[in-house]
Amino acid sequence: MAEHRSRLQIYGIVFVALIGLTAVTLLLGGVELGAWHTIVGLAIASTKATLIVLFFMHLLHSPRVTWLVAGTTLLFLAILLLMTLTDYLSRGEG
Amino acid sequence: MSANPTHLAHHFADVRQQHDTATLGMWVFLVTEAMVFGGLFLAYTVYRVLYAAEFAAASAHLNVVFGGVNTIVLLSSSLTMALAVYWAQTGQQGRVPAALILTALLGTAFLVIKGFEYHGDYEDNLMPGLAFDEHAWGPHPERVKLFLVIYYIMTGVHAVHLIIGIGLISILALMARRGRFTRGYYYPVEVGGLYWHFVDVIWVFLLPLLYLAGVRN
Repeated sequence: MAEHRSRLQIYGIVFVALIGLTAVTLLLGGVELGAWHTIVGLAIASTKATLIVLFFMHLLHSPRVTWLVAGTTLLFLAILLLMTLTDYLSRGEG
Repeated sequence: MSANPTHLAHHFADVRQQHDTATLGMWVFLVTEAMVFGGLFLAYTVYRVLYAAEFAAASAHLNVVFGGVNTIVLLSSSLTMALAVYWAQTGQQGRVPAALILTALLGTAFLVIKGFEYHGDYEDNLMPGLAFDEHAWGPHPERVKLFLVIYYIMTGVHAVHLIIGIGLISILALMARRGRFTRGYYYPVEVGGLYWHFVDVIWVFLLPLLYLAGVRN
């Protein structure tokens, strides 16, 4: 039996989660993670962004066409970043 | 005005479609804005990959306390913005102006804190062209300067978007105070909220990339 949460409760939970994830991000800043540093930071930021987009921006309850439009952002950013990196990462030492 | 409190325009089938069209239009704009910031994130990414050590070193000198506090400020403003939309949608119009004004005030607080932060950056010789010590950074000070310039441009463009957002929210607050919104007609508040949350999302990514590029001891 699913427990029905009011919209206000959900906003409160999301807000607390966002603050908590911010605290985690800042605390991990002092921990030596080596190569994982960037990945962890981006993973936390992506989680926070997802929470904001789904709940504060109401994407979760938006029409599918809105999902489609929002989704194109990820597609084009991926192309922009990854394809440009193929250039720089395939250059020689000169 | 009471004959059409939902302000339903004739070319829409119903209020729901009108509302969804408005929000979809803002989403389309936000996608283009994401690509604008995407270009800046691309520049950061490329040089972060190429000059990892200098970027990490420079990043550790930024004021992460200001950065962290500002993150809390913006996240709080997103909460007040979401509440404004919720109250507009559920017919509690009396609460909407206060929530919008609080959102705008929190956004302004961010800018004030940012101003203090920039001033601190100047005092710490972290402003290439104005205050920077070429000899304090090892063999490649130009890479450190590159990080700092990217930092100022990214936070600066973000701040411009925030200023625009504060203006929009303030106009919405005025409209709300004048009783312009109803349970059926509130999509301007929702659309303004979408823009505001987007600016918050950008900052959510700026925090780890700019302030935590390297470990801080």
